[in-house]
Amino acid sequence: MYEKESISVTHLNKIFNTASGQIMALQDISLSIGEGEFFCIVGPSGCGKTTLLRILAGLDDASSGTINIKSTNINRPVNSMVFQEQSIFPWMTVLDNVSYGLHMRGIPKKERYEIARHYIEMIGLSKFTHAYPSQLSGGMKQRVSVARAFANDPEILLMDEPFGALDEQNRILLQQELLRIWEEARKTTVFITHSIDEALCLGDRIMVMSANPGVVKTIIINDLPRPRNISEIRTSLQYNQLFQSIWFILRDEVINSKSKASSI
Amino acid sequence: MIKQEHPTILFRILSVLSPLSILILWEIMARVHLIDTRLLSSPSLIFQAFIPLLLSGELLYNTAVSVQRVIWGFLAGSIPGILLGISMGLSPLLRSALEPMIAATYPIPKLALMPLILLIFGLGETSKIFTIAIGVFYLVVINTMAGVLSIDKIYLDVAQNFGASRKNFYLSVALPGALPMIFAGLKLGMGMALILIVAAELSAAKAGVGWMIWRAYDMFAIEQMFIALITLSFLGYIFSLLLDMLENWVLPWKKQI
Repeated sequence: MYEKESISVTHLNKIFNTASGQIMALQDISLSIGEGEFFCIVGPSGCGKTTLLRILAGLDDASSGTINIKSTNINRPVNSMVFQEQSIFPWMTVLDNVSYGLHMRGIPKKERYEIARHYIEMIGLSKFTHAYPSQLSGGMKQRVSVARAFANDPEILLMDEPFGALDEQNRILLQQELLRIWEEARKTTVFITHSIDEALCLGDRIMVMSANPGVVKTIIINDLPRPRNISEIRTSLQYNQLFQSIWFILRDEVINSKSKASSI
Repeated sequence: MIKQEHPTILFRILSVLSPLSILILWEIMARVHLIDTRLLSSPSLIFQAFIPLLLSGELLYNTAVSVQRVIWGFLAGSIPGILLGISMGLSPLLRSALEPMIAATYPIPKLALMPLILLIFGLGETSKIFTIAIGVFYLVVINTMAGVLSIDKIYLDVAQNFGASRKNFYLSVALPGALPMIFAGLKLGMGMALILIVAAELSAAKAGVGWMIWRAYDMFAIEQMFIALITLSFLGYIFSLLLDMLENWVLPWKKQI
């Protein structure tokens, strides 16, 4: 379905060694993500979705298996991550935060500020270009975090529940904005969420994971038409059918894990 | 809102009025011989002694000598303190190698080292500067390390994810992240420097505010002693003001909270 493959993961395992023994966090994960695809991962907490993303980001190592991220340009960074928690530097202005990745890559000040300003405008924070994060609301901070990742122009974008801590109104606004920016850049994106709704609004495909151990349950193709308007697609029949099918998988999963836990 | 304003003004008036009334009380008690002016002097006597001391340039000279020692000692203690503190905060290896040593030697009163420092560095400026430096160093290194260790792990992940080099990591994350704590250390260090300057000038000094105090003791010139004490408190105030200004300049992101 995608002409070129951007990310391929084969037989990936991750084992954590803890005091009470080994924990299989991820078991035999294999997947292939196409260039320009918006790939969502949903699953209950503890299914290892954040671990998988951190391994893709190079922040953690896999215990076994291989990961291949295609590089189209050697000057381009492989990945940029948008973290779940507040992660923009409080000691930098919005401008310096957004241009951080470019700065680290040694791009001259004038050039990186120009690029950063473009993305700051995109997220609607031009007025706050020289503000410090302490002057921003939670939603604005996450916008900056998203802009920082986009401005870095990586091969792939990794997002770990970036809107999880926001209130409903802000979340919808940011989802809509993310869709708009993504439509323009069409960058390969791996997006983690625990919300079926969010996955349906954003993703091209949705990978459903289950916990203990973290395995791929199924991958669902989400062919809701693009460009998407979040309030419109929610009322469509297609959305409801997809929601149902994902929910049934997840529901069984949650009930199973509960009964497993109570039988111990 | 309106209710809140009233006490604020009251507090302000009180904070000016209370020292003023103590001065007046002091003066009255001295005039009616409730206190011994040979030992405790009086505000007016101190002021009378202050004018010639100021006009002769003696006070300014001694102040300048002490200020120089404090500044050099402060720099000699705080710069290595910051560098080592950051390195120890970032490197578990360095931390485990040096932390026990620092923890073990920290409680030694720096004054107790004075004789040893005098033996090593002699009676010149070096011994005084070194005494101050060592007192400042401990407070700065301990606070800086704690500052680096308190940086949220997420920022280390961000730096790694965005490919920060070692040098860039120091400059963009470790140093700015630890700066609030570094300044806490610097302020404590400045207080320590003023304590130590008096002690350092006790032995083998020929000038300085601390020396003035001990000379006043020898000459039983109580007024001069009070003037030196007031100068010290003034110096402490100026130095903390300067550090606050520096902090506001270096930490603009803290100011605007």
